[in-house]
Amino acid sequence: MAGHAAAIASPYSVPPGLMQALQVVVLVLVAAAATGVVLIRVPVRQTIAVSAYGLLLALMFLAFQAPDVTLSELTVGAVALPILLLLTLAKVRSRQK
Amino acid sequence: MQFFPFLVAAWILAVGLYGMVTSHHLVHQIVCLIVVQSSTYVLLLGVGYVRGGVAPYFFDVPLRTPAVDPVVQALALTDVVVEAAVSALLLAFAIQAEKRFGTLDPHELVRLKG
Amino acid sequence: MTPALRRWLFFAGLAGLMAFYLWGMKGLPGFGNYPGPYGFIINHIAVGQTNATGVVSAVNFEYRGFDTVGEEFILFIAATGVAIVLRRLRDEQDENPAPDEALDRAASRTSDAVKVGALMFVGPAVLLGWYLGSHAQTSPSGGFQGGVVLASAFVMIYLSGEFLVFRRISPVSLIDAVGAAGAGGFAAVGLTAVVLGMPYLANFLPLGTVPGAVSSSGTIALISFFVGIEVAAAFILIIGELLEQTLIVRQGRH
Repeated sequence: MAGHAAAIASPYSVPPGLMQALQVVVLVLVAAAATGVVLIRVPVRQTIAVSAYGLLLALMFLAFQAPDVTLSELTVGAVALPILLLLTLAKVRSRQK
Repeated sequence: MQFFPFLVAAWILAVGLYGMVTSHHLVHQIVCLIVVQSSTYVLLLGVGYVRGGVAPYFFDVPLRTPAVDPVVQALALTDVVVEAAVSALLLAFAIQAEKRFGTLDPHELVRLKG
Repeated sequence: MTPALRRWLFFAGLAGLMAFYLWGMKGLPGFGNYPGPYGFIINHIAVGQTNATGVVSAVNFEYRGFDTVGEEFILFIAATGVAIVLRRLRDEQDENPAPDEALDRAASRTSDAVKVGALMFVGPAVLLGWYLGSHAQTSPSGGFQGGVVLASAFVMIYLSGEFLVFRRISPVSLIDAVGAAGAGGFAAVGLTAVVLGMPYLANFLPLGTVPGAVSSSGTIALISFFVGIEVAAAFILIIGELLEQTLIVRQGRH
């Protein structure tokens, strides 16, 4: 069974050291962004933070060779999730006025 | 580098749990739950990665190219979309809780029950 | 329980959880050294067996189709739950209306730039959603992503300031029916295989000749279509219910 890869002749291959460096950088950014999302206590500002966190997660999925998951995370994190959060906050705020 | 993605997944899990426990707003708590769920995606994709592998799509690369594991990608893919819908259900419950009890502070909600 | 005591209790529990996690992590073969046989087996035989070059979608809708049925029904139930909770809330609100809510909410007009920009992207978004939903077997796409993009096209109509138009082209009964058709269609495709004497969700449609063409891979394309319309209907339903909550006072002022 084919195990690890030798040099591949596909047009999408990059030097392995470069890919590893990219993955490490993106992982560090994702960990920092997750900490940032949790430490922001105001919900409206946290909505923007969670949208940026979704974008960084999508970049990480791309670096892990998973374009399908990237598409899902982009659409959900940029469209569906901020709309749900902002509409809920608007509804709650209008009642608390 | 052998275990770095798994350590990042553990860190995201710990940070998300900390945010959930020390939260003062129900919507903030729900967003921290989303962060906890995203740590499982990091773990799944980290387990399935093959060093030097391409994405498992074979319409432009030859068939025998070593590719990463597609099973964990299928799991993470459906997970992302379903998680958004379940978070919407939790947000609807938060709206209902605010209407019924007048506050969105989870500490206050616990106190009001008794 | 004071907040400080709660925090100490949490850290004690977290230390135990992290100890177990790191102990289990040591047994993993390391990042990049994927040992397991299933990934390599599926990568080698999927294109030959199903004529689908998108192996992730083939795994989702063919090899592990039963799990996807379960996930799609989780989505369906979540959307139904949101509808139930918020519609009951709306009925209770109609009985005792808050008198001052309508007066001090100034309904601001959307700027023309936002209106033109949003309306310009509605057509391409519908096209993109349809493309993603119908090309699950070729490239990185699928019913789940296509459904969310399709729902976002409807949301852009709301963003351009025309909430009544949004409500008129997506009436609640129609969206309910489309969502139910998507979820039921997926289950029906599986049952059709049972009626034809094969296991549940077996691939019974002709597989086509060219691997990765749109008309290939049998039931994968059909299931992806049903999943796409179900996910789109679920998200339009959820966002529509939340919009009704916030804009119930603006309807009288248009």
